[in-house]
Amino acid sequence: MTAPLLELRAVSMRFARPLDTAARIARALGANVGEAAVHALDGVSLAVAQGEVVGLVGESGCGKSTLARIAVGLHAPSAGERLWKGRPTASLRGDAALRARLAAQMIFQDPLASLNPRMRVAELVGEAPVVHGLVQRAGRRGYVAELLERVGLDASVARRYPHQLSGGQRARVGIARALAVRPELLVCDEAVAALDVSVQAQVLNLFAALRRDLGLAYLFISHDLGVVRYLADRVAVMYLGRIVESAPAEALFAAPRHPYTRALLAEMPRLEVRRKRFAAVRGEIPSPLAPPPGCHFHPRCPHAMPRCRMQRPELAEVAPGRFAACFLDVTAEPQ
Amino acid sequence: MTHDDTLLRRLAADFAASRLALAGLALLAAIAAAAILAPWLAPQNPYDLAELDLAASRLPPGARSADGTTFWLGTDGQGRDMLSAILYGLRISIGVGVAATLLALAIGAAVGLVAAWAGGRTESVVMRVVDLQLSFPAILIALVLLAVLGPGVGKIVFALVAAQWAYYARTVRGAALAERRKEYVDAAVVLALPRARILFGHLLPNVLPPLVVVATVQVANAIALEATLSFLGLGLPVTEPSLGLLIANGYAYLLSGKYWISFFPGVALATTIVAVNLVGDRLRDALNPRLAQ
Ligand SMILES: Nc1ncnc2c1ncn2[C@@H]1O[C@H](COP(=O)(O)OP(=O)(O)OP(=O)(O)O)[C@@H](O)[C@H]1O
Ligand code: SF4
Ligand SMILES: [Mg+2]
Repeated sequence: MTAPLLELRAVSMRFARPLDTAARIARALGANVGEAAVHALDGVSLAVAQGEVVGLVGESGCGKSTLARIAVGLHAPSAGERLWKGRPTASLRGDAALRARLAAQMIFQDPLASLNPRMRVAELVGEAPVVHGLVQRAGRRGYVAELLERVGLDASVARRYPHQLSGGQRARVGIARALAVRPELLVCDEAVAALDVSVQAQVLNLFAALRRDLGLAYLFISHDLGVVRYLADRVAVMYLGRIVESAPAEALFAAPRHPYTRALLAEMPRLEVRRKRFAAVRGEIPSPLAPPPGCHFHPRCPHAMPRCRMQRPELAEVAPGRFAACFLDVTAEPQ
Repeated sequence: MTHDDTLLRRLAADFAASRLALAGLALLAAIAAAAILAPWLAPQNPYDLAELDLAASRLPPGARSADGTTFWLGTDGQGRDMLSAILYGLRISIGVGVAATLLALAIGAAVGLVAAWAGGRTESVVMRVVDLQLSFPAILIALVLLAVLGPGVGKIVFALVAAQWAYYARTVRGAALAERRKEYVDAAVVLALPRARILFGHLLPNVLPPLVVVATVQVANAIALEATLSFLGLGLPVTEPSLGLLIANGYAYLLSGKYWISFFPGVALATTIVAVNLVGDRLRDALNPRLAQ
């Protein structure tokens, strides 16, 4: 079996919260106050194969953006490993490191904020490929025009500044910019969330077309189950920094295994699939600063058992290609 | 229509909303023109000792020389035509002020940007130095440096840069920290652009507006500082008097009624500084989005 394009192995990410004044005084007086840390990711493993679209869903604050940033190399994880085509990226040097970096590109949530307001589209899209020698300076104009055409924009857009474009045009420029360095994987973090519904559909179609034409792989992150269902081959569900279920998209939507996934899908209204944001699972989302022990989901889980409060269920293969982290699945064993 | 067009147009409109600022701008333009054109406007070359007539020293405004030219603003102790001396003095004062400001801006901006980007220990060490320097009065730093270095145009520019770069470093670091959190910077990092390119090509243009405001006001400060130093006899050589030196030269005669030797250079200096400040203050208001209606 060939190695996946991108693989994250037991990746964790902690963000230290600076102590507030009260805590610092308490510490100065000898109290045992540790620095509070947000455990944004807790041992997450995820792989994206060549040409595969992996959807990632989960409630706000569960660590999706953090995972996206690690996936493109913007953050180094505090623990765990990131592999590109089977090789740990931390060990890559020189040209190999650069090629691995360029091969994973990011599409940002806010198309305007992700475009430098002082650059014209020609420079936004054409800068990196020229810097990295993918095209000659003289060929930049034609290269940019080609990319703009690929994302469905007129070549005349090249002369514009981001603030002169519509939301949909900005999103397309962001995509063209990523394509300019010939990536193999696009990490899309809520890439269509900021767009109007009609524009969303067009941009999603563009993603689908790029996949077909260029064989791109995606890590597609969204609040919106409808969006994920439309694009993804496989879906991973996150809850408070852990992946609780991962399965082929069809199987997952047809028969969710994990109680959290079931709650999410139950919240997904049948008709107006696209607009639904799911913050509506029963109960509060616990604070990531002090996640509940054992299974993070137990305070909200209708099936919670005593052992759920004490032991962490590991993600285990419960059916071919299907993974879940729940004690209801007999195959799941405690750590 | 480009982004810069609209930004500039909005700025221009905001700026023009204040009559006072427009007057300041007109005044500044006139002063700058006079300074630049001094060699053609001035009746005399005040630095050419051969043109000076000691017999014509300390003549009052309106007096005539032996060969019939009128000294509209009088003459100084060496028989220098004050009008010519002021025009040439403006030239030096403004030139030194602008050169020192631009250099300090370039150095301060680079330091501030690198500090903001590097973060961690580099940043705290650099910013400690900046804070330390800003806790001393600029004039003290310049005085000490000039006392060690001696007079000269290059040396005074150096002293002014040393005294003022820290302002820019602090301003740029603040602005760059705010910009650094924006997604376009992440995008540049994901595209593996070289660090220097991200700093100077992507961040710098976005932190320029607040920098321009600080720089405008600092030009006035640099001019005042240079005048103070020259007045104290540090800075420029006596043969090429800037405004501060002219004021100092006439100081001894002020009380004996020969006011013009100090007074007119003083007026020129004050007018220049006020004009720069009028423009700078309005620019700050126009660039501040919270104040823009
Ligand atoms: N740079 C940071 N410093 C400190 N804490 C952070 C940082 N980035 C994220 N966090 C914390 O990590 C947790 C996960 O954040 P993340 O942005 O990854 O969530 P998310 O799933 O993308 O949420 P959303 O759906 O709201 O975008 C949150 O509790 C957040 O406060
Ligand atoms: S492990 Fe227990 S609490 Fe967690 S989802 Fe399964 S049944 Fe619910
Ligand atoms: Mg997010």
